[in-house]
Amino acid sequence: MTAPLDVPESTTQTLAPVAGPGAVAGRSPWRIAWVRLRRDKVALGGGIVVILLVLVALFAPLIVKLLGHPPLEFHYEKIDPDLQIPTGPFGGMDSEFLFGAEPVNGRDVFSRVVYGSRISLLIAFLATLLSALLGTVVGVTAGYFGGWVDTLISRIMDVFLAFPILLFAIALAGIIPDQAFGLQGDTLRILLIVFITGFVSWPYIGRIVRGQALALREREFVDAARSMGASTSRILTTEMLPNLFAPILVYTTLLIPTNILFEAALSFLGVGVRPPTPTWGGMISDATRWYQIDPWFMLWPGLAIFVTVLAFNLFGDGLRDALDPRSR
Amino acid sequence: MRRTRRLTALALGAVATVALAACGGPSTTGTGSGGGTGGGTGQAADANGVHNPSDATGGTIRMANSGDWDSLDPADTYYAYSWNFVRLYGRSLMMFKSAPGAEGATLVPDLAESPGTANADSTQWTYTLRQGVKFEDGTPVTSKDVKYAVERSLDKTTFPNGPTYFNDYLDLQGYTSPYQDTSPDKLGLTAIDTPDDRTIVFKLSKPFSGFDYFAQLPATIPVPQAKDTGSKYKEHVVSTGPYMFETNDLGKSFAMVRNPNWDQATDPNRKPLPDRIEVALNVNSDDIDNRLLAGDLDVQIEGSGVGPAAQGRILADQNLKASTDNALLARSWFTNVNGEVAPLDNIHCRKAVQFAYDRTGYQRAYGGATGGDIATNLMPPVIPGAEQFDLYPSAGNTGDLDKARDELNQCGQPNGFTTGISYRAERPKEKATAEALQQSLARVGINLEIKPYPLVDYLKLYAGKPDFAKANNLGLIVYGWGADWPDGFGFLSQIVDSRVIRATGGNSNLSVRDPEVDALVDKAVTTADQAAREKAWVDVDRKVMEDAYILPGIWAKGLLYRPSNLTNVFITNGF
Repeated sequence: MTAPLDVPESTTQTLAPVAGPGAVAGRSPWRIAWVRLRRDKVALGGGIVVILLVLVALFAPLIVKLLGHPPLEFHYEKIDPDLQIPTGPFGGMDSEFLFGAEPVNGRDVFSRVVYGSRISLLIAFLATLLSALLGTVVGVTAGYFGGWVDTLISRIMDVFLAFPILLFAIALAGIIPDQAFGLQGDTLRILLIVFITGFVSWPYIGRIVRGQALALREREFVDAARSMGASTSRILTTEMLPNLFAPILVYTTLLIPTNILFEAALSFLGVGVRPPTPTWGGMISDATRWYQIDPWFMLWPGLAIFVTVLAFNLFGDGLRDALDPRSR
Repeated sequence: MRRTRRLTALALGAVATVALAACGGPSTTGTGSGGGTGGGTGQAADANGVHNPSDATGGTIRMANSGDWDSLDPADTYYAYSWNFVRLYGRSLMMFKSAPGAEGATLVPDLAESPGTANADSTQWTYTLRQGVKFEDGTPVTSKDVKYAVERSLDKTTFPNGPTYFNDYLDLQGYTSPYQDTSPDKLGLTAIDTPDDRTIVFKLSKPFSGFDYFAQLPATIPVPQAKDTGSKYKEHVVSTGPYMFETNDLGKSFAMVRNPNWDQATDPNRKPLPDRIEVALNVNSDDIDNRLLAGDLDVQIEGSGVGPAAQGRILADQNLKASTDNALLARSWFTNVNGEVAPLDNIHCRKAVQFAYDRTGYQRAYGGATGGDIATNLMPPVIPGAEQFDLYPSAGNTGDLDKARDELNQCGQPNGFTTGISYRAERPKEKATAEALQQSLARVGINLEIKPYPLVDYLKLYAGKPDFAKANNLGLIVYGWGADWPDGFGFLSQIVDSRVIRATGGNSNLSVRDPEVDALVDKAVTTADQAAREKAWVDVDRKVMEDAYILPGIWAKGLLYRPSNLTNVFITNGF
């Protein structure tokens, strides 16, 4: 894909539309990006799926009310008493149970996948927000001030990147008490998982932001602002940050699927949100016991994770191409 | 920590005598109890319940274990399958008879000539050793070797896994270990006398009428002091049985061959037919099932039955089903009701839970009728003398909600209450149990918060630690127990006697705290007459159920597959 031959072609491609309808004057960089994004059908498709997923998560109770059964309700009548798997073909899929039923207790897999999207997206969004905030603040600080501040922060980021994150998270999540900070139960666990996930993934954004900030501070407009006596905070917020927004947005979008997978891994290992709250990782973990005689149970949560991660990645890639043509 | 014992399957004399399930059902044929019972028509069992009987010798028997032994050292093992398997390479004073069904739960003398003789108050037990028993190197076995073996089993620092019955009942007078022993022959324990090479006398600190059960423990298998290497003895245990270790690659595999110094004339209990026994360890359990069905493997050592995948295959195929036994085990899966957590300190709230839960849901969590029979009280029916009774009956075993609400009213919680339920995170069946109980108890307003904890520290740090369980509001604790041996003491003593509860954790009794139960246990332990003793243990069972401290779940069953090339296969109640 990155063969040298591509370079001139892609350059002309990206330049052409901007230069072409030159009659229209004064398009903002954001508008240009939007035009580019709109042409990228794959990214657009990813974006639409992402929006759909968010809608599914938001309106889960309504969807389940219309198309499924309450996610915690048992349906023993769906289960073969000898084998403990759903009766009927394809894991019990029919018009009532769209994705079939769970072995042993007959819970509606459709409802659980729909509700599972809430935990996955909530944790992934919040954790990514946290790491974007942390990464931006720390990255800009390191990049702008340079010197020993940069060295110190960069080494800290190196340490974080070298950390066995999953083991760290398992150890921390395993010792979460029932009550702390005035919170309890699932609320506490979700917030702590958000904190753990966000806290271990901020250096990914931090490094990008640091690199960009390092380049930006040598640019003329920053020099100009500095020579005119602008304060450090003004330079950081009005001169630097707007120029950092694009890479932060892109890498934030690309971090979300990573965090979705991370949450799924934690749930799979049994250190995420506690049962019976449905999670995709938890469902796959349950399904491993049954995959030989009821593979359908594993299919749906697996597909949900796959589609979500793919959609976010495609959208993020498209966003990067649109915002930063040189990166193609 | 007392280890929950697993069920067993055992190859006794191997290709020859294989006791398929450790804790066996009434018989291998017929339909037995429960819906999913297999067994019967494939290979005919003889009148005694032995499948494929044969006297042919030779061949190799191949076994596999999905895990690993806690230890091959007789002093350091607590798994039921290990206690069963150990008869291949060691001879304890007494042993469970190699026989099908209930007969397998009877004790017969092995290294001893006859059962022990007690003094008037059952505090002193004397055994006489058989003549002519030798170690694998030809050295004659003496009573001092037995004494030394028991002495070293007392050392829980070196051998943490084994049971503590000798520690608890022998009149130790401060003796800890032969490795700390200052007497020159390392036989300084005064609680055991060896007046001559064939006589051994055990002196107890309190009366105990069932000492023959202690005498069948692997800890009484003689150990030659000269060959003892402490915690490394498991690398080469010196055999007194018909087979000895040829190779032993710890954690991977071992092989056994015939012991030339074992003499059939000294041993009425064993019929060693195969020449060689090969055991593979840490084998994937689905792989074990597939190899059993394909005929590449003869015995799954744990005897816990096939996994869900193979079960699906077997139940769907009449031919395969005919080669299985769905045997009841001396194991019960249940949930403790923790009286230290309010409002379960009130007996009416505990009884409300007893009436409210759906027993069929519990059974489904463990695999339905194939996984076990619905339990209505504690002691599994395969334990001699056990009685089945139901103090909290309901139509179809799905719960009596009116009675439950009535009990809630008497408890002062007419709208129900909220409490926690813990289970071992690595056990999907226990998770399914917790979820099923949550569903069925919600019908009367009892809300459960589900709390998984890691299996390894479940008893030591979490549910088995009283202050943790109380502080974390663990009103219900999903648990289970297998009999150490088929007898009221072997099943009940460690799970209902409140005096074995330690504040430091590692408990096996997670909830039963009633002085009246303790008194009934004491009465049962000191009753000399066997029938009266069995009756006394039923009284213990009944009292615990009256107190509603334990929610009975199921009496476990395993679906055990018999490969056709295996001869002399039977289910025994012995383990």
